[in-house]
Amino acid sequence: MIQLGVFDLSLAALLVVALALTSARIYPGLAWQLLVAALRTAIQLTLIGLVLKALFANSHLLWVGLLSLLMLTVAGREVMTRQHRRFAGSWGYGIGVVSMFVSSFTVALFALIVVVDNEPWYQPQYAIPLLGMLLGNTMNGIALALDRLTQSAWEQRDVIEARLMLGHSAAEAVSGIRQQVFRSGLIPIINAMAAAGIVSLPGMMTGQILAGVEPVEAVKYQILIMFLIAAGAGFGTLAAVHLAVRRLFDKRQRLRLDRLQR
Amino acid sequence: MKLFEARHLSRATLGDLSFSLSESELVCLSGPSGAGKTLMLRSLADLDVNEGEVYLQGVLRELMPSTEWRRQVGYLAAESRWWSETVGEHFTRVEADILSQLGFEDEVLGWQAERLSSGERQRLALARLLSNQPRILLLDEPTANLDPVNTQRVERLVTDYLRRQRAACLWVTHAADQIERVASRALYLDTHGLAGPVNRP
Repeated sequence: MIQLGVFDLSLAALLVVALALTSARIYPGLAWQLLVAALRTAIQLTLIGLVLKALFANSHLLWVGLLSLLMLTVAGREVMTRQHRRFAGSWGYGIGVVSMFVSSFTVALFALIVVVDNEPWYQPQYAIPLLGMLLGNTMNGIALALDRLTQSAWEQRDVIEARLMLGHSAAEAVSGIRQQVFRSGLIPIINAMAAAGIVSLPGMMTGQILAGVEPVEAVKYQILIMFLIAAGAGFGTLAAVHLAVRRLFDKRQRLRLDRLQR
Repeated sequence: MKLFEARHLSRATLGDLSFSLSESELVCLSGPSGAGKTLMLRSLADLDVNEGEVYLQGVLRELMPSTEWRRQVGYLAAESRWWSETVGEHFTRVEADILSQLGFEDEVLGWQAERLSSGERQRLALARLLSNQPRILLLDEPTANLDPVNTQRVERLVTDYLRRQRAACLWVTHAADQIERVASRALYLDTHGLAGPVNRP
């Protein structure tokens, strides 16, 4: 296995800097965002590397649990900030967190206890990366779906209300939007599964192969991860859309756009 | 017992309103724009959060599922919306009778909803609403985009409907001649609240 040094990474970083310099003329703000994001990647990944190293040396359920919760809170914040019109108050944060918790944690537990079946099941070397992959993808699906749902409800409020006026239920009135939203939440993972191996080698597998793992072994893990992600992102999006639709209407089935932040 | 009654209806920008409708009654509602006529109709249809008691045949609206309430208390917005491709897909039940009274042939149901003119939209929205057979009609300027011939068709259809179904109607209009033609009573809404009823002989 070839060890990467700081110098090697700096060379790669130069590419990002070159991109930032080039794009600064077209869109200065974006160039700045790019640099900040790249810097965040370097710092965050280094930190998590150190945390994981410490955690692997000292694998205790409490620490694994704490780190998982921290990951969940950060993912919840991320879902919230990515929404143009989020729900006001704690709902803006809560819907994302609850649906991610329900889907990602359940799927991760299932994978760890039933599929991987390690002793102990919470061995951080498996638990944390698995949960991380799940949370990351579920987060994307949920953020996309919630953003589209609130945005569509806002834009199409006249149509939704026109249907309510005719005595349609809230569920009927948003059925079309709901379909579109659910589709937009699931399309990324469907595309990823359909193109996997042919167009692109998934990142996790690539990383494993670069690190010297036997390709067929890497593939098995990648297939497992793909299925888990599909389930996690799918059920998470379902849960988030379900909760959000309930919040968009009250018990008299009135469209409550006043519950969204202005 | 009144067919329809509102007591102390109010919401953020609307005062304390009380009025009632009897069977077959057509009450015209007028008043300056911004006085809250549309908000009043929306509240009666229970589309927005509002306070007060509203009864249909003595039954408080909260005792009915909201979908049932809105089928019975049909609200026609000033602007109609169409979500499916053809006109027919928006109807639960088709009454050729109503369509022909509004000057349409049956084939209108196959038309593209998107390509309707504003006048066609307005008349078809009324037909769509009536196909639910509501007991109460809340009409927000239902003839605003119509020529005299179609205005007359709508007026005749609604008055016929009220008589046949023993329904009642609250009709928002600014046209004095229309009030003269169709109203059994007129109400006036301004920032001070509802005035009237002015009974006509």
